[in-house]
Amino acid sequence: MEDLPKRTPLSAVHEASGARMMEFGGWWMPVQYKGILDEHRAVRSAVGLFDISHMGQLLVGGKDSEAWLNAMLTNDVRHLGDGQGQYTLLLNEQGGVIDDLIIYRIEANSYFLVVNASMIEADFQWLQSRISGHLTLVNQSDQWAGLALQGPRAQDVLRLLLGNQVELPVRNGLLSLPVPNGPVLIARTGYTGEDGFEWFCPANTAALWWNKILDAGHSFEILPCGLGARDTLRLEAGFPLNGSDLSPTHSPLEAGLSSFVKFDKGDFIGRVRLDTERSEGVKRKLVGLLMGEKTPPPRPHYPVFHSGSPVGETTSGSLSPTLGSGIAMAYLPSDMTTPGTPVEVEIRGRRFPATVAKRPMYRRPKTAAAV
Amino acid sequence: MNVPTDLLYAISHEWLRKNADQATVGITDHAQHELTDVVYVELPVVGTKVDAGQQICVVESVKAASDIYSPAAGTVSEVNAALIQDPALLNTDPYNKGWIFKLQLATEADLSALKSPEQYSEQLSHL
Repeated sequence: MEDLPKRTPLSAVHEASGARMMEFGGWWMPVQYKGILDEHRAVRSAVGLFDISHMGQLLVGGKDSEAWLNAMLTNDVRHLGDGQGQYTLLLNEQGGVIDDLIIYRIEANSYFLVVNASMIEADFQWLQSRISGHLTLVNQSDQWAGLALQGPRAQDVLRLLLGNQVELPVRNGLLSLPVPNGPVLIARTGYTGEDGFEWFCPANTAALWWNKILDAGHSFEILPCGLGARDTLRLEAGFPLNGSDLSPTHSPLEAGLSSFVKFDKGDFIGRVRLDTERSEGVKRKLVGLLMGEKTPPPRPHYPVFHSGSPVGETTSGSLSPTLGSGIAMAYLPSDMTTPGTPVEVEIRGRRFPATVAKRPMYRRPKTAAAV
Repeated sequence: MNVPTDLLYAISHEWLRKNADQATVGITDHAQHELTDVVYVELPVVGTKVDAGQQICVVESVKAASDIYSPAAGTVSEVNAALIQDPALLNTDPYNKGWIFKLQLATEADLSALKSPEQYSEQLSHL
């Protein structure tokens, strides 16, 4: 029975670089290299590189994949052309979230799903037990490594690495790169709120590309980044984390993800509850909380109070390096989710004031190069 | 790791600088290195009486909160307000500007249980 955390193809590289490692979702991952604050700032101002090899890759193929996927997931894959991806959710029959993921259409009847590391087996079993006989579902997670290159200079790094002939994909686009030791798939997606790319390559080429990308990023002051910065970045960007902000008992509508749920495409698993929520409204909503200045950082599972009464608890929380104060997420009763609503977060027995804030609490500045 | 020779050390990685019946307390270079970026210090309240080894305040990094223990018995006489504005002083200057609190040592305070710089360095070498 495998007890040890799994290692990505880059774990030796991380350890040799002096990264602090920890177990996360069954994986041995770098938490930080230079420091969470430095890494966070590097991604916001220049560029950073993350190992995302722990994430999973599932392939779906066969005639009528589109219809089947539309029955399994909340978003509408009919909107995807070749080389396009979309954020979507896998729900259980009760309308709760099993996983959030990005699905890319490689070409007609050929789809590439990138799922959360902790849910690879569960997602695969769920889909496998519901698949139509003529479709194929393959778990290729062990074969792929993933690297996330994120920040305003990410595209400059890739242009330097790949040359100007390679046309980089647009946001949510997927490029297949014909390289020796390929295939390499480059998606213009990310979990940081910055422009960036997620680079998927064969596992045995991970170290090669990690080093090449760091070399290309040298003049842009690239930093290797760990899970610590990944969490502070996504929290600022308002992205939920499955297992914390998303769960099997919360619906995507409660989580504020209605843009990724399409009701005009026919039936899908979990729809019944969502139809009710659409007509009656949701009773609770996932909101951002912005702490006042100079408070201890909020963390998950801290009680939240409104007018002195307990109304929920934080699902995520941390210091926001960009804002300089604590930020958190929590499900609150819908009638107290207007931005600006004052609440209190209890930290080690003391209550600190916070306000309900619209998500995201950080938006990258618009530049001419933004896509 | 920096282990100044004019200080005494607790096994829980706090240092103490004695000056007659007053002491200044902070955390060691090893402790700040383990903590990584300090983002918040919950300072003790002036006037609080503590025993040696008693939890007295909390230091928070991005990923975790850590308890700090008083190395000696006494009463908190002063706290370093600079840490409110700049908690990172614990990382950048743990033995001077990053001091956390001062103690009026209790008359019965026993510092013999604390480690010498050599003993603390020895402790670190086993980590």
